[in-house]
Amino acid sequence: MKNKFNDISEILELVPTLPDQLMSIQETLIANLIMLGEIPAPTFEESARVKLYLQRLVESGLENVSTDEAGNGVGILRGKDPERNILLVAHADSVYTDKADHTLSVYADEITGPGISDNSLGMAVLTTLPTILNHLGLELNSNLILLSSTKGLGRGNLDGLRFFMENNDIPFDAGICVEGAQLGRLSYAAEGMFRGHISCRIPEELDWKMAGQHSAIIAINDIVNRILEIPLPRRPRTTVVLGAIRGGKSYNVMATHSSLRFEVRSESAEMVESIRAKIEEIIAHVTATHNAEFEFNVVSFREPGGIDIGHPLVKSCRQIMDTLGMETAIRPSMSEVSELISRGLPSITLGITEVSNLHDLNETIQIKPIYTGLAQLLAVLLAIDGGFCNEPE
Amino acid sequence: MNLNEWIKNNTMHHSRFWDLKKLVKEKEEQGLKISLCLPTLNEEKTIGKEIVMFKSELVDRYPLLDEIAVIDSGSVDNTREIAATFGADVYLSAEILPQYGEKKGKGENLWKAVYELNGDIIVYVDADIKNIHPRFVYGLVAPLIYRPEVHYVKAFYDRPLAFSQGVRPSGGGRVTEILTRPLFSLFFPDLTGLIQPLSGEYAARREVLESIPFPIGYGVETSHLIDIYEKWGMEAIAQVDLDQRVHRNQETRDLGKMAFGILRAFLFRAEAFGVIGELPELNTLLRQFQAKEETFEQVVHEIVEEERPPMIELPEYREKFGIKG
Repeated sequence: MKNKFNDISEILELVPTLPDQLMSIQETLIANLIMLGEIPAPTFEESARVKLYLQRLVESGLENVSTDEAGNGVGILRGKDPERNILLVAHADSVYTDKADHTLSVYADEITGPGISDNSLGMAVLTTLPTILNHLGLELNSNLILLSSTKGLGRGNLDGLRFFMENNDIPFDAGICVEGAQLGRLSYAAEGMFRGHISCRIPEELDWKMAGQHSAIIAINDIVNRILEIPLPRRPRTTVVLGAIRGGKSYNVMATHSSLRFEVRSESAEMVESIRAKIEEIIAHVTATHNAEFEFNVVSFREPGGIDIGHPLVKSCRQIMDTLGMETAIRPSMSEVSELISRGLPSITLGITEVSNLHDLNETIQIKPIYTGLAQLLAVLLAIDGGFCNEPE
Repeated sequence: MNLNEWIKNNTMHHSRFWDLKKLVKEKEEQGLKISLCLPTLNEEKTIGKEIVMFKSELVDRYPLLDEIAVIDSGSVDNTREIAATFGADVYLSAEILPQYGEKKGKGENLWKAVYELNGDIIVYVDADIKNIHPRFVYGLVAPLIYRPEVHYVKAFYDRPLAFSQGVRPSGGGRVTEILTRPLFSLFFPDLTGLIQPLSGEYAARREVLESIPFPIGYGVETSHLIDIYEKWGMEAIAQVDLDQRVHRNQETRDLGKMAFGILRAFLFRAEAFGVIGELPELNTLLRQFQAKEETFEQVVHEIVEEERPPMIELPEYREKFGIKG
C-alpha cells in the first residue's frame, strides 16, 4: 500500500478501500479479543490481562515492551522518524469482578460477553495494530506508543494513565484513545466533572420507636431533594447525574446506613466547584436536622478543556468519518482523553463498532462495522503521521 | 514397559510444548500435514470461537495446522454457517461417502473425517468447549511430532485450584470411574493408566485411524483404546494434561445411555480379542424410569452400537490415498 501522502485528500481517496482489506485480519483480531476479554480485569486487578497484552506485543516485535509501577502495559512500534510519537491508549480495566463468567460467545455477525466493548475490543485493536500495519504494508514515520492503561474506571480515576503521563518524557504529537463503543463517536473535549460519594449513618442505639422518623433513607432522601433544588445554568451547560442509591436492610428494620453516588458535570470549572460547595452546605444542614452522620468523598475529578472543533485533528477525523459514511456523534468525554487534553496534548477518542447492551453481562458487538472502525483509526493515524493534523504555527 | 513406567514416560503436561515456533519447525522438517476435525451437532454457541482461535493462532500465526474441518451431523442451528464464516471447511457428514449411507453418531463423523481430510495426523476436538485455547490442539499434536513411537495421544484435564495436602484424588468423570475404569481393571489392566479414557480430544496418525473400526456412537473412544493397545501396545499411546476444560454438564440419565453404549462396545471388543468367552446376543434396549405422580413407567431407548469398518478396507479410500494391493 501507498506509504507517502501529500495531503489529507490522498488519504481520503484510500479510505473507502480499507474496510475490505482489513477483513483478512478478522481471525487474528477476534482471537486477541477472546483471549484478552476472557481474563477478568476489574479496576486495580488488571495485571493478568496486561501480561497477555505484553506477550502479544513482544510476539509482534515491538520495542521497549514493559510494565510500570502503575501496572500499565506499553510497547513501542518504531517509525522512520525517531522524533515523532503518537500515543494510542486503550484502558485495560473493566467493571466486572472475576466472579462474573467472562466467557465470550462468537456468532457469525456478533460477539457477546461482559466488557467486550468496554474495553476488551479497544485493547484487542491495539494488540492487533502491528499485525494490521504489517499486513497492509504500511510503514509510518512516527513511533506508535501502544499503551494499555490501568486504574481507569470509577475509583481508579485514570490513575494508571496519569502515572504514565507524569513519568515518561516522550514528546507526543497527538493522542488517540480507542474504545469499543460506539462507531462514529468523536470526543475531543472534556467537561469539568467530579464524582461524589455520600454515606449516611444513623446511630444504632436510637430508640426503635423513632424508626419512622429517623432513618438513613429519609436523611439521604433529604439530601437528594436538596441537590435537585440547586439551580443549574443552561450556559455553561451543567448537569447532575444521580447514579446510584443504596440503603436499609429489610421491610421493617430501621435503616441505619445509606449512600448516594452522583456525578456533576459542567463546561465551567467554577460551576463544578460552586456545586461542590453547595453540596457540602446541604450536608451540614441535613446532619443537624436528622441526627445523622454523613461522609462526603470526591472520588474522582476532571478539569474541563480540549481542542477546538476547528482544530485540524478534529477536522481530519470528521472528513475521514464522512468518507466512510459514518454518522459522527460529537460528545465530551470523561475518560482517558480528558487526562491527555488536560496536559495540552491534542487528543481524541474513537469508537470501533456498533454495540448493544452496553455494560450488561450480555454486551454485544457487531463484527462487520469493526472494519469501518479500524479503517477510520488507520486513516486518522496516517493523517497525524503525515502532519495534516497539526495546528498552523 | 510396566504401567508405572508408562505413566511416568507417557503422561505429559501441555506446557512442555509452549514453544510453537520450534514445534512448527520440527513438523515442517518431517514434512507432516496436520488436520483438525471438529465434529458438530448444533454447536452454534461455541463453534465460531474455536475456529477463530485455532485459525488465528495455529494457521495464521504459527502454521501448525494445514486444515480445519467441521464435520456436521445435520445441525438445525447456525453451526455450519458460523463455521464457514470463520473460514473452516464445512462438510455435511451425510455427503461424505454417501454410497455407504448415513448413520447418526459422533463416531460416524470421526470415521468420515479419515476419508475427507488430508493430514498425516488428525486431531479431534469436541466443539462444545467454552474455554477454548490453542493448547487443545498443540498439546495433543506435539507428542506425535516429537516422538515417532507415539501413535495416539489422548487429552486429560486436571487443574486443582487449591489443595492442602500433597495427594489428591484424580481421574475421570462419572462414567469413567464407575464403568470404564472397573472394566479396564478387570480385563485390560494396562489401559487403566489412562486418566480420562473417554475424553473427546485426541490426535492420531493416519496409519492408526485408517486401520481400526469406528463404532459410530458412545463406544468409539473405548473401542479405539482397546484396538490400539492390542495392535501397537501401550508404547504407542500417550496422554497430555490440558488443564481445565469447561463444557456442558450432562444429566445422569444421559450418562446412563452413554454407559450402555460403552458397555456394548466394550463387550464386543473383549469377545473379539478372546478376553471373555462367547457372548449371548446383547439387548439393544436401555430401560430407564420416569414417574408421573404416583405411577412409575419405563422409558425405553434403543442404543445400537453399529460399527464402521477400518477405512483402509474401502476401495474409495485406497484410491484417494494411492494405497496399492
